[in-house]
Amino acid sequence: MLFIDLLVQGLIQGSSYALIAVGLTLVYGLLRILHVAHAGLFTLGAYIAVVVTNTLGSFWLAAVIAPPIVGLAGMLVYRLLYEPILDQPPFVPLIASIGLFICMEEGFRLIFGPYGNSFDEAPFSASLSFGPVYMQGVEAATVVIAFVLLGALAVLAARTRLGTAWRASVTDPQMAQSFGIDIVKVRYLNFFIGSALAAVAGVLVALLNNFVEPTLGSVPSYKMLAIIVLGGLGNVKGTLVAALALGVLESFGTIYAGHLIDRDAIAFLFLIIVLMVRPQGFFGKA
Amino acid sequence: MGAYELSLLTLIGINVMLALSLNLITGFCGQISLGHAAFYGVGAYTGAMLTTSGQPFLLALVVAALFAAVAGVIVGLASLRVREDFLAITTMGVGFLFLGVVRQQEWLGGELGISQIPETGLGDGGFIMLVVGATALVFAASVYLKRTWMGFAFDSIADDEDTARTVGIDVARYKLTAFAFGTAIAGIAGCLYAHYARIIVPDAFGFTVSITILAMVVVGGIGSTIGVTIAAVVLTLMPELFRFVNDYKLLLYGGLLLLTMRYSPQGFAGLVRQAAAKARSKSEATP
Repeated sequence: MLFIDLLVQGLIQGSSYALIAVGLTLVYGLLRILHVAHAGLFTLGAYIAVVVTNTLGSFWLAAVIAPPIVGLAGMLVYRLLYEPILDQPPFVPLIASIGLFICMEEGFRLIFGPYGNSFDEAPFSASLSFGPVYMQGVEAATVVIAFVLLGALAVLAARTRLGTAWRASVTDPQMAQSFGIDIVKVRYLNFFIGSALAAVAGVLVALLNNFVEPTLGSVPSYKMLAIIVLGGLGNVKGTLVAALALGVLESFGTIYAGHLIDRDAIAFLFLIIVLMVRPQGFFGKA
Repeated sequence: MGAYELSLLTLIGINVMLALSLNLITGFCGQISLGHAAFYGVGAYTGAMLTTSGQPFLLALVVAALFAAVAGVIVGLASLRVREDFLAITTMGVGFLFLGVVRQQEWLGGELGISQIPETGLGDGGFIMLVVGATALVFAASVYLKRTWMGFAFDSIADDEDTARTVGIDVARYKLTAFAFGTAIAGIAGCLYAHYARIIVPDAFGFTVSITILAMVVVGGIGSTIGVTIAAVVLTLMPELFRFVNDYKLLLYGGLLLLTMRYSPQGFAGLVRQAAAKARSKSEATP
């Protein structure tokens, strides 16, 4: 049953990728900024989960306050860092974002220590079995939560007034503005939702590993860039597919090609091949 | 100078070469690269493999430059296909790919890297002369290049690729040339580093290093040879001179990247130019 186990592990990993990557692709869709520091917000979410649970004794409290706090932090990043440099060439916000991300990682290291933190008592340790497939409760929860939240986001974007405003701002910001859409508000909301989703992923990953360290976001930060490019920048559905595909590809790749290439490099191999064949990404418009 | 100062001088030389070589690609020709450490790594591994198997150092130095340039041209081909954001991600990917592959190769020493790299045979003094000489050469070539027709072509591509193409500049050829030169210099720097440290591990060529090099270029002022050189010297010296900076080295680099991009995207050189322009307009206003 190795095949099914690998597939399931891949989907679990892919779900957490999807939760992080979706915020990144939303930001790119709206502002054409590669928001590397997004992974720092993801790490912040994970730290809030562990630290709040350990000090106040309630995991649920931590899980409830992490998304809004990180969402606000995301809005702050937009306001203080990106807004003043929106008219600069694209490498300016990208490098600024990398700088911020490094500062955040170092900040975590200084505040929470370099060796990482764990839950004093792991909140959930139940495991489930579906026929031959065996998984931890938290793993199942990750998949379910990812699908529910991203499904809700899709409905929000497609069916509501707010979603329409968002899509209009992506397609043509000036036209949207002249139709009375407050695009600044849309941007704030965009950062809030994207960052809050990253925080959810952070909480889940903290549970999955029962461990948070300052560099938790390092690998995801750059891997997420690969995912959103593969998914066609700004394309939520494509990002979801790319995230799941990458999760599965990695879990198989580690077993069958692990002696040739590092697990974390698989994403980039895939990315480079795809970009060379289709420079607009896998699901991007030609 | 004592042994410590000499070793510091070597390190400064290597970093200046790295920063100027990236400046050639990103500054002069406008092609952003977030994976420059990979070419540094190609040079280091090539050089180390050759000299540990008994080949002379100078041959290793030439082959290291050649290998790095070949890798650079291949990555340069990517710059013909994708631009700006996408190129940034692609080059970043190349960096991760290099590391991911090298780590798993037994014949390259895997995670442990290559140790017991032999001496160059030039003696300590000779080696430092070589590093300083090479650095001076790269600096001079950088200044000279800017005044040639090629420097002008690079400029026009960095400014507006499509317009450059319209006026008949062979964009593809110049981009590849920039990548070839820039990465060859990085390869030389890598080979020098390998024989300076006498041991290399994959992590010495990781993303953090790419970002460190980029920080030197960006803080100094993208495209400014003097600005980039000064930034490379200062950023190399700072963690060495002030021990407390060493603990927060990454914080310093990250913070500098952030603040430079936020407040002065043209870097230190840009600030100087602005101040000079202001002084000039003031002196013109008061006859």
